[in-house]
Amino acid sequence: MTTLIEVPEAEPGIVAPKSKSKAGGGLGRYIVVRFFLIIPTVFILVTLVFFLMRVIGDPITASQGGRLPPDVLAQRIHDAGYDRPVLVQYFEYLGQLITGNFGTTITDRRPVVEVLTTFGAATLELSINALIVALAVGIPFGLIAAQHRDKTPDALLRFFAILCYATPVFFSGLLLKLTFSVWLGWFPVAGRASTRTELAMSALAAPSGIYWLDALRSGNFAALGDIAAHAVLPAIALGLLTAGVFLRLVRTNVIGTLGKDYVEAGRSRGVSEFRLVTKHAYKPALIPIITVMGLQIALMLGGAILTETTFEWKGLGYQLVQYLNARDFVAVQGIVVLLAIIVAVTNFIVDIIAALIDPRVRY
Amino acid sequence: MSTPALTPPRQPLFSRLPVVSHLKKSVGLQRGMLIVGVVLSGLFILTSIFAPLLAPYGYSQLSDGSGSFPTQEAPSGKHLLGTTVGGYDVLSRVIWGSQTALAVIVVSVVMSLFLGVALGLLSGYFGGWLDRILVVVADAIYAFPTLLLAIVISIVISRGQSSFWGGIFSCAFSITVVFVPQYFRVIRAETIRLKAEPFVESAKVLGASSLRIIGRHIFKNATRTLPLMFTLNASEAILTLAGLGFLGFGIEPTSAAEWGFDLNKALADTSSGIWWTGVFPGIAIVLTVLGLTLVGESINDLNDPRIRGRKRAGRTPAAPVTQSTPSEAGKP
Repeated sequence: MTTLIEVPEAEPGIVAPKSKSKAGGGLGRYIVVRFFLIIPTVFILVTLVFFLMRVIGDPITASQGGRLPPDVLAQRIHDAGYDRPVLVQYFEYLGQLITGNFGTTITDRRPVVEVLTTFGAATLELSINALIVALAVGIPFGLIAAQHRDKTPDALLRFFAILCYATPVFFSGLLLKLTFSVWLGWFPVAGRASTRTELAMSALAAPSGIYWLDALRSGNFAALGDIAAHAVLPAIALGLLTAGVFLRLVRTNVIGTLGKDYVEAGRSRGVSEFRLVTKHAYKPALIPIITVMGLQIALMLGGAILTETTFEWKGLGYQLVQYLNARDFVAVQGIVVLLAIIVAVTNFIVDIIAALIDPRVRY
Repeated sequence: MSTPALTPPRQPLFSRLPVVSHLKKSVGLQRGMLIVGVVLSGLFILTSIFAPLLAPYGYSQLSDGSGSFPTQEAPSGKHLLGTTVGGYDVLSRVIWGSQTALAVIVVSVVMSLFLGVALGLLSGYFGGWLDRILVVVADAIYAFPTLLLAIVISIVISRGQSSFWGGIFSCAFSITVVFVPQYFRVIRAETIRLKAEPFVESAKVLGASSLRIIGRHIFKNATRTLPLMFTLNASEAILTLAGLGFLGFGIEPTSAAEWGFDLNKALADTSSGIWWTGVFPGIAIVLTVLGLTLVGESINDLNDPRIRGRKRAGRTPAAPVTQSTPSEAGKP
């Protein structure tokens, strides 16, 4: 997450001239107000998920019911405190969350925090890979479509964008697997790395969990190749899902800015169409893209659950489905709460970046 | 849909219907997109209505007069699209799947329309603490991964898998919870804008009740963007349903055919090169979503004067649009 925050530091040049008026204080105030808005968002989702999960019954009966004799079951429910009033449990859970205690999973009795850190890195890696694919496909194609507005390339690219949206990740994943792993044999079928690489990665001291980072740090280039081969198909499957959104956004916004007077002035001075698109119309069109990127994070996390299941990518989404099938609701609750926090924090960062770029956002 | 001040003669109802009026406005590429979308959506609806006639077998049929179906058989004369691991006929399940999808779309969109529009109107018109609470809750839900929320809710409602209507309703309700905030936001924003309009003011002066103002004056004007949202949400509903099915939280194969569930089962087949079990249900999803999205997309473009192509303006389309119509199309 911290890597994302570095972006605003590169931008103070844009903000500086405005700070002569009271905009500097305005920005500070905006950041503080916006920061405190994270709390109700997370709080509402935690509450919602907690009570939804308790509607089903207590977590121990849900996961172990039928497998344990009734008296043992009752004893375990009592030990875990699930026989107390729901409201008491709710406030206790909130208290635990504030201290960073997400509870212990019921099925494999691991601290939820440990599950989150182990598998979170894999999901982060997948999301970064996919985001790279999405931006690398979406932005240039969007520019091309805008430049050739209403002509054949535009029509084809817009159709491609809609197709990206219309294809579920698991279907594009299935097609990619079928074509490139089974028939052509270029890439492995599933997983994050081959068993040997996985062993090498887990043997490292203080691994970050992000495989390519670990491989680079330990100078293990054979492993790096293996990791890259495994990463290609999942990244494309998940990346294409958001690439279509970026393509459409870039197209619409660049078309909007291309109609502005200053672009027309540039055109009258003989600036080439290519330069008008890439230089003049492109930058202002980026602001809405950054704003929408916040919402894309949520879409991407949802897509990650499906991608991870398709490619047996052992990340948070894959694990979440395992826990859901095992009816381990403590683990599910922990993962959902973590994802809620991630979404809220990324939206916060995105809003701040948008405010830094465009002073009109602050109020 | 058209600028209200400039259309004095009232056209017949048919040509004022959302899609029909858009078709008349469209030209060239946009018209093509809209027509393809309408055709695909029409095919989808017809298939789901006539599924019992079109499908060669039942969705959970495992045998006929000549014995049980073979498993994982490649497409052949008897099973045009092959059979699955469990021995189901792929073609029949693809056709029956459209019925499940349509049922979920209708139930979920109707429920979320009703709830979202009602809450949006109330919240926008009355404001105050109710408005603040609803906005915060809607924003919290809106930002959250839709699929994740749908999974949690479907687990709570159906505790996993269930019967046809039970499954449909639990899927539809999960999708509804995700959609209500979207309708709510759009309608609320429109309501707040309309509240300040002179015609609402004059209705108030004349002594109209709040209920009448909301129901007559605001409702009609605030719901202009709904056809667009309807089509876009219908496609999202299909994707969510398929996602739920793919993860195993959908409808059981013996209760109904569901494309996402079939794709889940097909995943294991791919490594042995069996493609027909996954490709056909997948194509069904893509075509359906594509059709609905093309319709929605075209409506969106035609509502937005900056994007809309002009009908025979006499000049080349490269000329910038200079009309000063403010665009309030439902853009995120």
